[in-house]
Amino acid sequence: MQHYTMNLKLKVWRQQNSKSEGRFEVYDVNDISSEMSFLEMIDVLNEKLIKDGGDSIAFDHDCREGVCGMCSMVIDGRPHGPWQGTTTCQLHMRAFKDGDTITIEPFRANAFPVVKDLMVNRGAFDRIIQAGGYISVNTGNAVDGNAILIDKQNADDAFAAAACIGCGACVAACKNASAMLFVSAKVSHLALLPQGQPESKQRVAGMIAQMDKEGFGSCTNTYACEAECPKEISVMNIARLNREYLQSNLGS
Amino acid sequence: MLDSKIPAGPLDDKWTTYKGKVKLVNPANKRKIEVIVVGTGLAGASAASSLAEMGYKVKAFCFQDSPRRAHSIAAQGGINAAKNYQNDGDSVYRLFYDTIKGGDYRAREANVHRLAEVSTNIIDHCVAQGVPFAREYGGLLSNRSFGGTQVQRTFYAAGQTGQQLLIGAYQSLERQVALGNVEMHTRHEMIELVIIDGKARGIIARNLETGELERHFGHAVLLCTGGYGNVFYLSTNAMGSNVTAAWKAHKKGAYFANPCFTQIHPTCIPVSGDHQSKLTLMSESLRNDGRIWVPAKVGDTRKPNEIPEEERDYYLERRYPAFGNLVPRDVASRAAKERCDAGFGVGSSKQAVYLDYADAILRYGKIEASKKNLGDIGNDAIIALGKEVVKEKYGNLFNMYEKITGENPYEIPMRIYPAVHYTMGGLWVDYELKTTVDGLYALGEANFSDHGANRLGASALMQGLADGYFVIPYTLGNYLAEEIRTSNISTDHPAFIDAEKVASDRINKLMTIQGKQTVESFHKRLGKIIWDKCGMARNEEGLKQAIAEVRALRDEFWSDVKIPGIINQMNPELDKAGRVADFLELGELMCLDALERKESCGGHFREEYQTPDGEALRDDNDFMYVAAWESKEVGSWNLHKETLDYEVVKPSQRSYK
Repeated sequence: MQHYTMNLKLKVWRQQNSKSEGRFEVYDVNDISSEMSFLEMIDVLNEKLIKDGGDSIAFDHDCREGVCGMCSMVIDGRPHGPWQGTTTCQLHMRAFKDGDTITIEPFRANAFPVVKDLMVNRGAFDRIIQAGGYISVNTGNAVDGNAILIDKQNADDAFAAAACIGCGACVAACKNASAMLFVSAKVSHLALLPQGQPESKQRVAGMIAQMDKEGFGSCTNTYACEAECPKEISVMNIARLNREYLQSNLGS
Repeated sequence: MLDSKIPAGPLDDKWTTYKGKVKLVNPANKRKIEVIVVGTGLAGASAASSLAEMGYKVKAFCFQDSPRRAHSIAAQGGINAAKNYQNDGDSVYRLFYDTIKGGDYRAREANVHRLAEVSTNIIDHCVAQGVPFAREYGGLLSNRSFGGTQVQRTFYAAGQTGQQLLIGAYQSLERQVALGNVEMHTRHEMIELVIIDGKARGIIARNLETGELERHFGHAVLLCTGGYGNVFYLSTNAMGSNVTAAWKAHKKGAYFANPCFTQIHPTCIPVSGDHQSKLTLMSESLRNDGRIWVPAKVGDTRKPNEIPEEERDYYLERRYPAFGNLVPRDVASRAAKERCDAGFGVGSSKQAVYLDYADAILRYGKIEASKKNLGDIGNDAIIALGKEVVKEKYGNLFNMYEKITGENPYEIPMRIYPAVHYTMGGLWVDYELKTTVDGLYALGEANFSDHGANRLGASALMQGLADGYFVIPYTLGNYLAEEIRTSNISTDHPAFIDAEKVASDRINKLMTIQGKQTVESFHKRLGKIIWDKCGMARNEEGLKQAIAEVRALRDEFWSDVKIPGIINQMNPELDKAGRVADFLELGELMCLDALERKESCGGHFREEYQTPDGEALRDDNDFMYVAAWESKEVGSWNLHKETLDYEVVKPSQRSYK
């Protein structure tokens, strides 16, 4: 792999807090190595901003391994940037070339108010989980792990749905700011397992109701969510969610 | 005098006996008792949800924007349990023994045995929660091997085991939030402990969004705040992982145990340049199938695929034929360092070794061809089949490697090098997980208790969940049973006011320095001192220098740090400054502990103490103890020793040959 350095122009969204108005600021960053991660490039800019007496750009990030779901950002119009199936923290600078201008914004959705700059509040996702995204089992009640046989295909599919990291890119990608991919991933994960069956009806009804209450938009099947999901969660989960939801209504 | 409160009786019966006699709190009283849980990783989320299910009123805190993001989520490979589903000779005793031996005989027997006992309950509970563990075609749970063992006892969910276990615990936690039993505070950081009449009674938390300080009362406080690996700056920890909550507790009387016991993980992606902000682990599970090697010739610059078999040195297989590539982490890390120091390293930095999947791809390809009865299909077709199998087992790890390095590990051997990963040291706790402060508990990586001087792979998840799901629900009751007459203490109590003032003064002080150097630059310099002098190899001279350097750096920090922004708004630089300030104190203690321990054991390798063939040389006569440090003032400690009595296992020179 050939390494190179580049000079870039960044258009970054700056906003004090959820109540203030935001605006783009333009910054130059120079001598960026193609081996850096995208967030390391922002680190470089922040160090410069602080030294020059300004305020650093606030952004969410933690594991920097693509699994905690904390990082966000819309980069050149795409949640988590140009690489398929990749979180912002795993995006590397070899995706860009010398002289590029990069536009960086927060995830935008009514249900995700901006906290500061590129940070948003995704508490709505936690509240959707509270509305049913679990199996009601208290510690100490379990039978032997191998007493529940699970078909390998179902186990694999449940795992694929459970790979969702709750980052919210699906919402940011959707023109309606729908949370259907997120909700469907959790509903599918639990609906595909025998342990999840007893509560399946209440679960899907509760989570959908909470999703609506939080102000997420409706799904119009454009599949932008799947295209931008860093974990490549399939829209097939939305089909399963719809079936589950229909059944929950029929049963009531 | 440290009392570890290990129950009397034979090792096998201690936990059962304890549970049979422990004091209980009746359901009506539980509803009146408040418990503070700081941190929502595996230990914190499991403790908070289990205690809430029992009826306690729980207040949980995390600095992330959601409890689901705690760094347990990044654990890749698996979780151990003595299920013996593979019929390969596993048992509670063997898991106990492997852990004690893996820890180089510096862990407490009773704690480790309890851990092995409850390991099986963890798997059952997680399955019941819907954790999608890997399964075989018959629908049964699948297992694999990890380092330091000769059985297959590791349960896993591809390379995302930590994620799946944490999501399970998180869902249970959110269920309790919905039921009103847990009050969840996200983007909050504990920055002071409140002690009243010798007992932990609450915390001062900072709301990171608004900068406001908040007072929270609890009848007991549980710290589930993870390890302190970020003292090294570069580590596999998350960017926000920190020691602050534990350190505040330490300065208020909780002893800090074995701080020099830190784990350097052998298989991480090597550093690529000065810009590096963190290091990424390649799961230990990769050592199941991958083979580690370096060129047999010093300074060989050929591409790996051009180096013929007979000119490669599979040094782990050569030095440790019994365990081969699956030796424990400390042994594998030192062996990699030894080869690189001797000039055999690869890559542009020469600070890397190869982790090669060519053999495994071929082997799996042949098995698949035979399973599918494909006959003689030629090498390329076999390799293609083998790649599919490897992809299913390790696909996400291979993808991650490719994203970071730009190289395809299915074609070119991965380059790896050791990196800081875990800290065995932590707050000293007794058998009940209680620190030296009454009412203050430490769970998971935040305590020191189960891994001795080296943790075995797939045991961190096990310990975090054991502490939270199956230990603290019993041991906490033993304390709270005496607290049922304590009504809630007002947060206007002078102890709360004082603690808040201390916290507030410190923040104001940090913000008024307005020097010239960034927090990040101080953190980097601290990390370099600790890595160079208190990392994979340590010696007396280096440690003494490191102590002087850390002290000087600390003074420089407090006179020249520059923090932008203001106090009363989201200010990540200020958050980080508080954490780095604490690392600057902890770093000194680590070096002091390493200096005092004049032996080598597990991850603590003192160059002066080694066997003729370069293995760690323990000194059981003088150092078979837990070093528990009591804080006096900044840069000054008293050492207390808890002697380790081995009643069942007879410590011997650890051998994986």
